Amino acid sequence: MSEDRKQSSFGADTQSDIFSKETEGLSQSQIVRKRFFQHKAAMTSLFVLLGIVFFVFSAQSISLGPVKYPGWWKYDYEQISDLRIAECEGGVVGCPSLDVLPSFIDGTPMQIGEHPFGQDDIGRDYFAMVMRGAQRSLLVMVIIGTLGAALGTVIGAIAGFFRGWVDAILMRFTDFIITVPTIVLGSVIGYHFGNLGAVFLAFFLGIFAWTGISRLVRGEFLKLRELEFVDAARVAGASTRRIIFKHILPNAVGVIIVSATLLMSGAILLETGLSYLGFGVVPPDVSLGLLISSYQDAFTVRPWLFWWPGIFIIAVALCVNFIGDGLRDAFDPRQRRGMSRKDKASLARGESK
Amino acid sequence: MLLVILFGSSYLLYNLQALSGDPLAEFKTSRDPEVESQIKATIEQLRLDVPAPLRYFIWLRGVLGIFIGQPDFGKVRTGEPVGEILIDAIPVTIRLVFGATIVAILLGITIGVVTALRQYSRFDYSMTFVAFLMFSLPIFWVAVLLKEFMAIQFNNFLSEPNIPTGWIIGIAGFVALFFGAILGRSRRTFWIGFFSAGGFTALLLAIIDARGWILEPGIGPIFFAVMAILIAFGVTQISMGVGHKPSLYASLSVAVAGAITYFPMQSLFKRESQVTVLLGGLVVALVIAGIATMIFARIDRGPVYRTSSITAFIIGIIMIVDKLMQTWGPYVSSGDVQYRPVPTIGERNPLIETTDFWVALLDTLLHMFLPTIALTLIGFAGYVRYTRGTLLDVLNQDYIRTARAKGLNERTVIMRHAFRNTMIPIVTLLVVDFASVVGGALITENVFAWRGMGTLFRQAIGTFDLNLLMGIFFVTATLALVANLVADLLYSALDPRVRVGSGK
Repeated sequence: MSEDRKQSSFGADTQSDIFSKETEGLSQSQIVRKRFFQHKAAMTSLFVLLGIVFFVFSAQSISLGPVKYPGWWKYDYEQISDLRIAECEGGVVGCPSLDVLPSFIDGTPMQIGEHPFGQDDIGRDYFAMVMRGAQRSLLVMVIIGTLGAALGTVIGAIAGFFRGWVDAILMRFTDFIITVPTIVLGSVIGYHFGNLGAVFLAFFLGIFAWTGISRLVRGEFLKLRELEFVDAARVAGASTRRIIFKHILPNAVGVIIVSATLLMSGAILLETGLSYLGFGVVPPDVSLGLLISSYQDAFTVRPWLFWWPGIFIIAVALCVNFIGDGLRDAFDPRQRRGMSRKDKASLARGESK
Repeated sequence: MLLVILFGSSYLLYNLQALSGDPLAEFKTSRDPEVESQIKATIEQLRLDVPAPLRYFIWLRGVLGIFIGQPDFGKVRTGEPVGEILIDAIPVTIRLVFGATIVAILLGITIGVVTALRQYSRFDYSMTFVAFLMFSLPIFWVAVLLKEFMAIQFNNFLSEPNIPTGWIIGIAGFVALFFGAILGRSRRTFWIGFFSAGGFTALLLAIIDARGWILEPGIGPIFFAVMAILIAFGVTQISMGVGHKPSLYASLSVAVAGAITYFPMQSLFKRESQVTVLLGGLVVALVIAGIATMIFARIDRGPVYRTSSITAFIIGIIMIVDKLMQTWGPYVSSGDVQYRPVPTIGERNPLIETTDFWVALLDTLLHMFLPTIALTLIGFAGYVRYTRGTLLDVLNQDYIRTARAKGLNERTVIMRHAFRNTMIPIVTLLVVDFASVVGGALITENVFAWRGMGTLFRQAIGTFDLNLLMGIFFVTATLALVANLVADLLYSALDPRVRVGSGK
């Protein structure tokens, strides 16, 4: 207890000294980048997420207009092959052939095999289905996140900068949409636009996903527009557009990026939730939520049908959340996370770095 | 203003839903020769002859009848009035939402405070990880896992309740790590916490196993008295410190009174009207706490009374838990349950038709068990993160330094100065969170087949049942508004600077 107290009483001055030394001569974006790179959890998550994205999107075929990329996995998600019976315990068919344990632990050699994630009830390759589902889910996530962030920023910026009746109208409009629970709105949208494909579904969900961000951005703009540098810009004759885009927006970008990340992690869960209720992506297309909901009853007999999509959802959402956390720490000027225990100890002894 | 917003968003939802589907679609493919007249009847019933933007006002007129005492939410497609269906469904959902919210708040705030006080410790890092993991879990996925592991396998375990030694070691090790990490400021305190918590748990589990306690649980009068005394010490330590004699004596005497009333309460619990007994018990407990305060404290009675009444309340809860434990044995072995007490579906056991308050209560609680855990897991993460962040912010404030500088002890600084100011923003989170909990409840109900609003909601969208959907919307929006109002009131109660109604 005495140690704690000593630190906090030394507190502000010494810490901010070190803090300013650490960031001396760096621009704002360099500081942010440096802090983000130092955030181990966020960096790990970033690499894992990039890995997952690359892995998932290269596995199955994608066609962009006339260009068609075949995908490196041998099965397609709609293709039906013979059910694997051999090596399955208890007469279950289509069990996963993936074995990550080397032979000196469980007696069988490490292998990927014919169907690493197993097969579903009619013999479709589950690895291919999970890859396809993850593609859809990631796509939905990015579209909702980007669209929501873009709309939210524009609406929040306009409301916060112009204030007065513009603000009143826009914020009441935001309240309209907030009052309807997301899942209710999402279901109504999903039920009717789900059959148009995942992209359309994401697009329509994104149109309604901006409310949280717009409120935050508005608050940020209300705060920033009163600061001296905005006055200075105005005195120097800058146009309204220039003030918004060149002076205020770069200062609010932290809030926007952070909440966009959190919106994305919410979006992937929203999509899975909707698909679970049957209002999201519809068969024959697959998404991770749809896979889980179709096979939840199969859990006791063929648990792999349930585990794999869940693991992918969690991995993606977890990575996005950690990246968001890292970004928040990096953008927050009050954060001193860069300090290690050693720094703290040296602070307590009253040395400076 | 709020009413205008409600009007706007309900209008939006009504038209969106009306535009996006055709309630007559099922008749298009029907080969029934009567199809013409069926279509006609449906049009008549749903007033489809009026275009949706205008039809909304027919619905609105019915709803506005609430002010003259005759609300009319319209009828669902099968003909029952929406109002009646909703009245059955609302308590089910509310029970779920409130239960989960309360548990999530209690757990989340406690752990959030501890992580903030142990910032950058291993406990902090692992709890941060756990919180993020919770954020990332799809609720139905958790629910299916819970069904499998907490219900089916636990029930299997109950048919032969022997705790294997491996499990005892595992659970004790986990508890030991948890408490060691919370208590450990230095290596020494860590090991003290580790061994005492771990040893205690292992001993407890071994005794439970040896005595066959799982099938015949109960606290018993002696252990109850010991617990009451311990609770008195604990509550006093947290609120005023055991060094503060008046509050210690007051809560100790409350504990003694609780232990004495144990036997009379047992016979009272057998009476008919249990609600009266429970309410009466609460009043008596508070009165006893008041008397104890009057006797032992001359000055500063407010905090002392708070301490002793909290003690009384917790002891009362323990008494109820004890009674439920006594009900457990007969309940589990009864023919309707057959040693499978943790259910996976439904909100109550339809086979049990009992007038016994305690059996019904136990049944309800057991059915709430898994859905509440599922919902709590999701909400709890938000509270942990938010409490931690806010408390850290508050602890950096000047007035905390002032409080420390004038020599207040750490507990007073944290509980009185820091924690109270942390509560203010958390109340706002409560409101924001409420909407998401309702959303989560809609999904959870579907997984656990509760007949609440979630199931109705799915049905409403699936069958283009506008009246039902709007009824559900009406209820959720009203709940959100009430939550908003409560938060405003709490806000002004917690923060004297806030004046509701001034300004805007």
